[in-house]
Amino acid sequence: MSNFDQELDASGLNCPLPILKAKKAINGLASGQVLHIIATDPGSVKDFASFCSQTGNVLMESTEEGGKYHFLIKKG
Amino acid sequence: MKKLAIIATKGTLDWAYPPFILASTAAALGYEVQIFFTFYGLQLLRKKLDLKVSSLGNPAMPMPMPVPVLMQALPGMESFMTMMMKKTMKSKGVAELGDLRDLCQEADVKFIACQMTVDLFEFDTKDFIGDIEYGGAATFFEFAGESDICLYI
Repeated sequence: MSNFDQELDASGLNCPLPILKAKKAINGLASGQVLHIIATDPGSVKDFASFCSQTGNVLMESTEEGGKYHFLIKKG
Repeated sequence: MKKLAIIATKGTLDWAYPPFILASTAAALGYEVQIFFTFYGLQLLRKKLDLKVSSLGNPAMPMPMPVPVLMQALPGMESFMTMMMKKTMKSKGVAELGDLRDLCQEADVKFIACQMTVDLFEFDTKDFIGDIEYGGAATFFEFAGESDICLYI
């Protein structure tokens, strides 16, 4: 996993909380900084891709590891 | 900026979720959002949310065990169903309704309460949360007429 500036653990949370919490965290970042999100909601895989395509942020990585989903989002 | 307009007309626990889920998510995606609360939807604006869910007249509700319809009408069943629903939601990591509502307001989702409904049911506006506007159908159309998405829930 690449470097990141901030981490958000959204494990156990269901739609739409991972997105809402990620949005809040991204608000606090500067452009170009990277947020690492950990989630357990399987729906979050498509949701974070959609979130990024609609908000101008960049989904750099989307992986699954042992039932947990990891996302790296670079603020646009 | 895209705009989402929602009319929230229902006041049961299950139907309270879609307006707040969609509004908060749209706000996170950069939409400008307004929700117009009318009729039973006004219950979603109470400071103290005490919404219930009922299996009566709702054969689609998944039940842990089959309960005959007549038994579902017994006193206490509504509270029991509500308690079970809240417990299930919590165990699945679904947000509490009040928290979702707070997230909407934090994200500048605008809440408009139907003045006619307030008068009709003689609601006391002191029982409602702050930062609400009171207006009628024309107020809603001012925003809805320019919206990209308009939902009736």
